[in-house]
Amino acid sequence: MKKNPLFVLFLIVLVAIAAAFFVYPKNFGANFMPWRLGLDLIGGSHLVYTVDLSKVSGGDQDSVLNGLRDVIERRVNLFGVSEPQVFVAKSGNDSNLVVELAGIKDTAQAIQQIGETPLLDFREVEQNGTSTEFIQTNLTGRYITSAQLTFDPNTQAPQVSISFNADGANIFERMTAANVGKPLAIFLDGSLVEMPTVQEKISGGQAVITGRFTLSDAKTLVERFNAGALPAPITLISQQTISPTLGSDSLKKAIIAGIVGTLIVMAFMLAYYRMLGIFAVAALLLYVFLTLGIFKIIPITLSLAGLAGFILTIGMAVDANILIFERIKEELKKGFSRTSAIEEGFRRAWPSIRDSNTSTIITAIILYFFTSSFVQGFALTLLIGVLVSLFSAITTTRLLLRVFIKNTKQEIQNPKQISNNKSQAV
Amino acid sequence: MNIIGRKNIFLGISAIFIAAAVVAIAVFGFRQGIDFAGGTLWQFSIANNTPSADTLENFFKSNLDASDAIVGYDEANNNFMARLPMVSEPVHQKLVSALKDKYPSLEEASFQAIGPSVSSGLRKNAITAIIFVILGISLYVAFAFRKVYQPVSSWVYGLITLITLFHDVVIPAGLLALLGHYAKIEIDGNFIVALLVVMGFSVHDTIVVFDRIRENLLLDRGKAVFADLVNRSINQTMARSVNTSLTLILVLLAIYFVGPASLHYFVLTLLVGVTTGIYSSIFVASPLLVLWHNRKK
Repeated sequence: MKKNPLFVLFLIVLVAIAAAFFVYPKNFGANFMPWRLGLDLIGGSHLVYTVDLSKVSGGDQDSVLNGLRDVIERRVNLFGVSEPQVFVAKSGNDSNLVVELAGIKDTAQAIQQIGETPLLDFREVEQNGTSTEFIQTNLTGRYITSAQLTFDPNTQAPQVSISFNADGANIFERMTAANVGKPLAIFLDGSLVEMPTVQEKISGGQAVITGRFTLSDAKTLVERFNAGALPAPITLISQQTISPTLGSDSLKKAIIAGIVGTLIVMAFMLAYYRMLGIFAVAALLLYVFLTLGIFKIIPITLSLAGLAGFILTIGMAVDANILIFERIKEELKKGFSRTSAIEEGFRRAWPSIRDSNTSTIITAIILYFFTSSFVQGFALTLLIGVLVSLFSAITTTRLLLRVFIKNTKQEIQNPKQISNNKSQAV
Repeated sequence: MNIIGRKNIFLGISAIFIAAAVVAIAVFGFRQGIDFAGGTLWQFSIANNTPSADTLENFFKSNLDASDAIVGYDEANNNFMARLPMVSEPVHQKLVSALKDKYPSLEEASFQAIGPSVSSGLRKNAITAIIFVILGISLYVAFAFRKVYQPVSSWVYGLITLITLFHDVVIPAGLLALLGHYAKIEIDGNFIVALLVVMGFSVHDTIVVFDRIRENLLLDRGKAVFADLVNRSINQTMARSVNTSLTLILVLLAIYFVGPASLHYFVLTLLVGVTTGIYSSIFVASPLLVLWHNRKK
């Protein structure tokens, strides 16, 4: 690196200070972008449902799953939970629906509401001046056999074509006859979804809903019809609920453990390596702030496991420094000048650092792909922590040493002479 | 310190521990937590009129018509930990109302119910992950030391890493089997994660020693006796090996004593694993190297 080391060091320190302000969970940092905490730190529920797709034909399965996911997400949004997560997870031949509700107050009620399968129904519309009234009919989704996306042959506009079974066809015929020229309301889960206008009486149980659909609107409607029409029952197969009190208690204790751990490690480095130890301490501080800053900016949802992983990497981060320092000590004993000892130390310690950290990286990557979502947080923080600590060891520590350690006068005057090793603690 | 000279003693100690661990696992098996066997783990507190753990245990046994209900009491946090067979959510709520009738101050801290399909998936994944990590790391070590041909070929380094990994995993596992039988401690997903981390980290110090051996081999150009060179390498790197593990142990101790209770067994596994890790790097890996080299003579 030909750049002035002091300048680069200065840059790194600036970034670290900015990161420190950014990660501090109050004031500016919190207002700009609050920390994302996992279920086990703010409390909440992780629910896994299995979806019974036995009555659904192969081609419709994905559509049903997506429709189901949409419906559940809309329902879950009503709970007032910030950023609920609803996603489909396939495990072997089974399709599962995972619902994560962070910070939810009443899990039992949430589970009850989710458990009810989506309901689709048609309502007649009474418009008196400005007010609109909806009258329920007995035409519900159970009469719909399927829905499809079609296109108007003339305008190529997207349309939704639905088919009713025999009973449904009769009801629909009567309803449309009574409402020609008026709108019919389609409700999903009690919320209005569409209000197409009836053009004419429709017999035969086939209907096309036209309107100003975008392609994605039409597709969504098809999915919802299929989900509502082909009820795919869901069953709760796994639940992990953690109360907010337990969560915040864990958070507090974990943070204290992290701070205590960091201080102990710093104390050790100072005690054992003395002068060099100060550089390790400085590098460690920079590492902690930079890594936390990276976590927050990605952003990573920090769980208890993730926090534990991060604290572990603090213990490992000094690893590289120890390897380098021991090496420098050896080179000094051999008689190299201080600056040369530093360069040699770094050069020869690097293979060990690289290889030993790679094994942890391999572990973290395998952990990420093979385990549950709770553990993935741990694997991710472990991975990022190790990578940043590699950077910190090679760059930060080296910069610190280069900037602050100059050759003693004796070494400058007699560069080839073996120094007498007067000062032990370097 | 003459380690290679006394290698038979050190390898012997390791062999005894491994044998003991294997016996413990074979005899006691593992007590599987809900992550792997399915079931319910329920943590709650009852502030007023606190019943005994046994009373609660009988309550669950009669209400669920099940014989395997275990209730433990955590004094430090004033919490009950109930380990029950899998209960569905409606049953959960019925239990809650029944309990609340008797003890109105009931407060739930956490509730985890895992069904058999989820737990079998976790079990499969855990085993797969362990196998992959062991293979992955051993292959990497063999690859990293690919340019070291004499007097021991590079894949031997990988093989020895495999053996030390096995050593570092079996001993904590044996301890958990023992604890499972005598202290009713269960293995869960966290335990597997701890094992994997131990594997990743134990190789750290092994590599430090192997690295020094590699360097000395280069400098030496075959002049010295291999056993002496290895012994010298170990002594040169002893400070490093110990210190790198020591900092991790210090952090783990901090988490154990000051951190949240839910991480206790996770940290304990790591502590045992890291300790066996140092032991294996210094007293097992290199002696095995010399043993292998001597066999060829």
